[in-house]
Amino acid sequence: MTAPIVQLVTSRLHHADSYTLARFEATGGYEGLRKALSMTPAAVHDEIRAATLLGRGGAGFPAGVKWGFTPPGVWPRYLVVNGDESEPGTYKDRMLMERDPHQLIEGCLIACYAAGLSQCFLYVRGEMALAQTRVATALNEAYAAQYVGRNILGSNFSVDIVLHWGAGAYIVGEETALIESLEGNRGMPRLKPPYFPAAIGLYGKPTVVNNVETLSNLGGIIVRGSEDYKQYGSESSPGTRMFAVSGHVRRPGVYEVQHGVTTFRELLYDEQFCGGIRNGNALKAFIPGGGSSPWFFEEQLDLPLEARPVGGAGSMLGSGAIVVMDETTDAVKACLRVVRFYARESCGKCTPCREGTSWLETILQRIVDGHGRPADIDMLLDVGDNISPGPYPAASWESEGLAAVPFPPKQTTICPLGPSAVAPVVSALRRFRPEFEAKIRRRALGIPVRVEDSTHV
Amino acid sequence: MSETIDTPPKTTVSVQINGHAIEAEPGELVIEAAARAGVHIPRFCYHPRLSPVGMCRMCLVDIDAGGRGPALQPSCMVPVSEAMVVDTESDRVRKAQDGVLEFLLINHPLDCPVCDKGGECPLQDNTIAFGPAESRFVEEKRHYEKPIPISDLVLLDRERCILCDRCTRFAKEVAGDPLIHFQGRGSRTEVNTFPDAPFSSYFSGNTVQICPVGALTSSSYRFKARPWDLTEVESTCTGCSVGCSVTLQSSRNRVLRSLGVDNDAVNWGWLCDRGRFGVESVNSEERLSEPLIQGRGARWADALRHATELIADAVRASGPAAVGVIGGARLTNESAYAWAKLAKHVIGTDNVDAQLGDGLPASFVLGLPRATIAEAGAAKGTIVLLGTDPKETLGVLYLRLRHAVVEGGATLIEIGHGASGLSKLAQHRFWASPGGSLVDAARQAVSVLPSGQPITVVLGRGTVTEDPAVLAEAAMILAAAGARFLPALSRGNVMGALDMGLAPGLLPGRVALESGRPYFAQAWGAVPAATGYDSAAMLQAAADGKLSVLVLLGANPLDDFPDRDLVQRALAKASVIAVDTFANPSSAGAAVVLPAAAHGEVDGTTTNIEGRILALHQVVTPPGTARADWIIASELALRLGTDLGFESAEQIWDEIEAVASSHAGLDRAALALNSEGSVAAGVGGGGRPAVLALPEVPPAVQLPLDEASLRLVVRRKMYDGGTGTAHSQSLAALPASNALRLHPLDFQGLSVGEGELVTVVANQGSIELPAFADADVVRGTASVLGNVSGATVNHLLVASSPITDVRLEVRR
Amino acid sequence: MSRLSPQNEAVAHEIISRYPWKKSALIPLLHLAQEQDGYVSDEAMVHLGELVDVSPAEVLGTCSFYEMFKREPVGRYLVNICTNISCQLLGGEELLHHAEHALGIKAGNTTGDGLFTIEDVECIAACTEAPCLTVNYRYFYKVEDGDFDAIVEDLRNGRQPTRKAAESGPEGQIPPHGTLALQRQHIPADRVAGNADPDRASAPVWLEQA
Ligand SMILES: Cc1cc2nc3c(=O)[nH]c(=O)nc-3n(C[C@H](O)[C@H](O)[C@H](O)COP(=O)(O)O)c2cc1C
Ligand code: SF4
Ligand code: FES
Repeated sequence: MTAPIVQLVTSRLHHADSYTLARFEATGGYEGLRKALSMTPAAVHDEIRAATLLGRGGAGFPAGVKWGFTPPGVWPRYLVVNGDESEPGTYKDRMLMERDPHQLIEGCLIACYAAGLSQCFLYVRGEMALAQTRVATALNEAYAAQYVGRNILGSNFSVDIVLHWGAGAYIVGEETALIESLEGNRGMPRLKPPYFPAAIGLYGKPTVVNNVETLSNLGGIIVRGSEDYKQYGSESSPGTRMFAVSGHVRRPGVYEVQHGVTTFRELLYDEQFCGGIRNGNALKAFIPGGGSSPWFFEEQLDLPLEARPVGGAGSMLGSGAIVVMDETTDAVKACLRVVRFYARESCGKCTPCREGTSWLETILQRIVDGHGRPADIDMLLDVGDNISPGPYPAASWESEGLAAVPFPPKQTTICPLGPSAVAPVVSALRRFRPEFEAKIRRRALGIPVRVEDSTHV
Repeated sequence: MSETIDTPPKTTVSVQINGHAIEAEPGELVIEAAARAGVHIPRFCYHPRLSPVGMCRMCLVDIDAGGRGPALQPSCMVPVSEAMVVDTESDRVRKAQDGVLEFLLINHPLDCPVCDKGGECPLQDNTIAFGPAESRFVEEKRHYEKPIPISDLVLLDRERCILCDRCTRFAKEVAGDPLIHFQGRGSRTEVNTFPDAPFSSYFSGNTVQICPVGALTSSSYRFKARPWDLTEVESTCTGCSVGCSVTLQSSRNRVLRSLGVDNDAVNWGWLCDRGRFGVESVNSEERLSEPLIQGRGARWADALRHATELIADAVRASGPAAVGVIGGARLTNESAYAWAKLAKHVIGTDNVDAQLGDGLPASFVLGLPRATIAEAGAAKGTIVLLGTDPKETLGVLYLRLRHAVVEGGATLIEIGHGASGLSKLAQHRFWASPGGSLVDAARQAVSVLPSGQPITVVLGRGTVTEDPAVLAEAAMILAAAGARFLPALSRGNVMGALDMGLAPGLLPGRVALESGRPYFAQAWGAVPAATGYDSAAMLQAAADGKLSVLVLLGANPLDDFPDRDLVQRALAKASVIAVDTFANPSSAGAAVVLPAAAHGEVDGTTTNIEGRILALHQVVTPPGTARADWIIASELALRLGTDLGFESAEQIWDEIEAVASSHAGLDRAALALNSEGSVAAGVGGGGRPAVLALPEVPPAVQLPLDEASLRLVVRRKMYDGGTGTAHSQSLAALPASNALRLHPLDFQGLSVGEGELVTVVANQGSIELPAFADADVVRGTASVLGNVSGATVNHLLVASSPITDVRLEVRR
Repeated sequence: MSRLSPQNEAVAHEIISRYPWKKSALIPLLHLAQEQDGYVSDEAMVHLGELVDVSPAEVLGTCSFYEMFKREPVGRYLVNICTNISCQLLGGEELLHHAEHALGIKAGNTTGDGLFTIEDVECIAACTEAPCLTVNYRYFYKVEDGDFDAIVEDLRNGRQPTRKAAESGPEGQIPPHGTLALQRQHIPADRVAGNADPDRASAPVWLEQA
């Protein structure tokens, strides 16, 4: 039985005016803030910790625990909201910012109150003009209505939320690159350790970085309480999560499902969600967690949408982006396209990523163009190995006797972007090697990426 | 066991590197600890004097810090920890390092045979040592327009660049001139300047030196030599008195390069461009290579005889005081000592001055409690700039001070006559016009001194139009607050010259003539009976006909002395004997010119602002028959009837160590032990006379400004008309032309446009300069540059006047 | 083209005031310059450097890292066609080819009349609506070749597209290249809490007094 649909963060989105303060207030908005202000900051923090709210930005780290990583006695602390959503396949944060900006603002305020964060920077991806408009408008309304700024709702809680916006660079989604960018620099990730900017972040001070969806959950959790919240989702992954399902399904879309309970198969095939593969075609592969995640196949469909089992099975849930490829897909071209993304988006800091990702792209491009050489396949794997050494995470393929290699990959780089380029290469080569070989033999398979009878309108 | 042994708490960290146990310093990076254990980990981006960025990934090694087992980590970023196990040779490490090299080479041109870096290139070396046999990269490499000049001195070949961030980090972190930067992203990243905004930093040459490949080259060295053709020696830069450690390289008897050496006490490996490229002047075609008599080539024997006769005649006619010696800061310590002995003992004159009226009284400077550069640069300390701008005069000291403030959190207080290169970093700024107000500024500064921190004052004569007495009084106020001093007298070995006694009233070893007389009467024989003249008084005496022979010992008073008229009158009257490496305007009418060996042509020592003795070595032979200054002194002494007894620079050093109070104990063995150089800090005793103590300073006169005038301030720039700049091909074009800068309000009052010509009129004379508004100038002052082309400011100055007031006239 | 106009300089100061460190304002200010001139000129970068106290080379270092900043004029309409995986699967590359044919230019170029620039871009976070494109960062979802032609036709004739951008109302209008949000944030003086200065350490009052 598919778990019933619950809408914890998308409940308001069906209203045409969901982004206005009036609608927000009419639908229980800022009740979470009011309730939080009636509690001590520590109690609010405890409530979020108890809710085990896992980060929705990719790494899936529990928010309440992360807030606790700020070193004691070091002030000020900042909140940086990660609204840079750029992972291929991902579409949820933009929706929340465009269509329910007050819910996000409320979440920011609750986080600042609970964790003692003195200023909040809300970083919206540069290309998202409408999200910027909506967030700016919402902030202006919220300031005027005493929800943000000095002495919020007459309390001694004061914090500014500053709208900041980027200018087109995927890597800026990585939290330390986000901080660099927010400091006006080139968005290049900082060295780890420290592993979390909670210790040393913006302006060298403790900084909490949270994803838009993560923060958008806070108001609801405070209103209903962590106990109530935990009745949804699984024990280790309570609540709901938004998933954008794109590609070759009948009804692509953004779905809010119960976290850790609903399975890939349910999400992809159930009528209430995507309704199956288009034209009744067979599934070839799917990317379970955005472009950076190793590919899954038929065999992995029954895994629940939960970080741990997905990781063990050789991939990640990442940013809630599932890209579905049916049997008509040209695996080599798809692989090239994802690799090209990382090659284009490398910040250029690490040699293996800067040079290696574009080298991978070059090799794949020549294979697609019909100029591949037999040695290219091993070279792809070896260049990949120099970016991400050792066995790369991969899904099992039992009929071929291949076991899963669990996530995460190892890296010769500073951040995971470089290794992400290896995911499509290893995934596609492991499963569809003959397609590469066929192309190299200059025998075009003739599988078009787009088929004429596609159902999309 | 009943006995307990107290083991002292362990202060080191035990780590294992490739199976060998070693003790590392806490906080030490793995790459450094490994190096000390003899294990070289290849690297490109890591540089010990730059903040680590860990981005080239060449230094990946297996590090097991307990817990999660060994993992590939950049050894340039990971500090050692107790029981850490490091493996730099595992298969995995090899593969990762090979991989990085291969990645770097896919876009790197294989033009080693025509690359300046060929033969000394870590990329080339690592490729030979670790790299793949042949490239698997078959596509076109990245292409850029061939080398582009990013400044007057540096060329950039972007194809060769491996994006290690060294030059860019240097520019921002060390030099504070972030004029080159990464541009673009990913594989299209490049280093470049902003369009039409060149990398004109005084320190640009360092980027050429630290570039691990041949991407940055200096226009002067390009294609000049291959590393294996070079002869090299360790030496010290004498471009100014900081005393940076260098390697001097030559090929076919030409000095080709000066490279910074990392002396932890002094320059941290850096050089300023004036020092680095100034060595080119040694090779100049214009070097004096034979003696001249009345401007015509002569044999040494004749020239020396002629010079001796001039001196002997003068002494015979009017006594030893009829002879004066101006200059000496170009000399090695050994030569300075020989000249001091020649002048004070053989000739018997105390009219000797290594400064040209633009410095500070020698006995005052030598009496001040001295600080080291390291003390000045200490974290959390307090630095006071008193009347000086180290960025323009002592380049690498500026880098050290800047580092102390920016990285070390030191407090900087500036007392001066307008902005310096460090003003932006100063916590407190006290600006005053010349004429005494600096004393009040010093009092105010004392009231804001942070307590409990060591205070270092960098004291200099930033403008020749300020009375040294004012600076002395201000210095004493700070000395009373516990400050110690770094004298910012900037000519090459001026500190060594003063230590050796090339100043009136002094004897070698920082000893006053009076108190040292009995001792030196023993050591040398006779010494002068009375204190002699400084440069100003000598010139005056010459002009008055009371001093008939003037020895210019590497001095050009016409351009450098702050009273051109007086110098002209003096030179017209006296007979000049010039000892120099180049002809200059002051020696144009000399009776005798004796060609001297230059930097890089002699062995010996030099002394920096700390009093640190640093080694000089010969790497080329002097041109023609030019010879070391101490040999010239010996020859003259011999002809005047005294054998100084010197056969080598070492032998002179032995005598210095034996007689100089300040240098006691610094024998050759002791010097050789310390590659950082040793600070001379002897205090006398053991029969030697006491060194100078902190002098009494009478209050300076306050000279208020009248409404109608502006008070002149003469600033110095890094590049001026000095020998090193003028005769170095790379630098000759760099000096700015002169201009008049006024506070914006004073400028407004003039009602002229920016850059319009204005006549600056002083009692003595007038010059015409383009005028500009500048908020860095003190209200009521007129700021101009000394010793640059355009207009020679010392036309306006009168040596006997402590200040110079000017009127401005605008021609309509 | 030019430095910031006096009005924009005032906006710049307001933006700068919201950050503890001036340089943080750099990206928003580069957008402001781009909004003013349609691209980021060298003169504007020099001006921004003065405003936030960094060298022009550093401004350029930041500017050139980000895709959206154009250092040369682009078309009045910047058409960004996504070809990343979700769009590729549903015809993004074919749509791009169609656009190149229809406008007679290759991706990365501008039509001779200066109206359109096409770019082949990475994922624009509308994957479930593939294939999609933006015109001056206004979204168009599930774009067929015919839709593309109609949008171009309308814009060429000075009309707002009949096929509306993804959100209707005034926000669906397509302003000239460089203009992003149609609404700026303004923090009223009586409501501002103030910047948290990283150099002055103090715990927030609401924690202290809790
Ligand atoms: C290459 C890269 C890109 C990322 N992009 C995003 C992003 O666009 N949005 C996001 O919220 N997190 C992104 N992340 C994850 C962030 O680094 C960070 O973990 C997250 O914002 C934390 O928020 P959360 O704990 O609420 O999930 C990215 C990480 C990497 C390595
Ligand atoms: S892995 Fe790539 S994107 Fe990440 S820091 Fe290194 S170069 Fe930049
Ligand atoms: S030397 Fe360590 S990463 Fe470059």
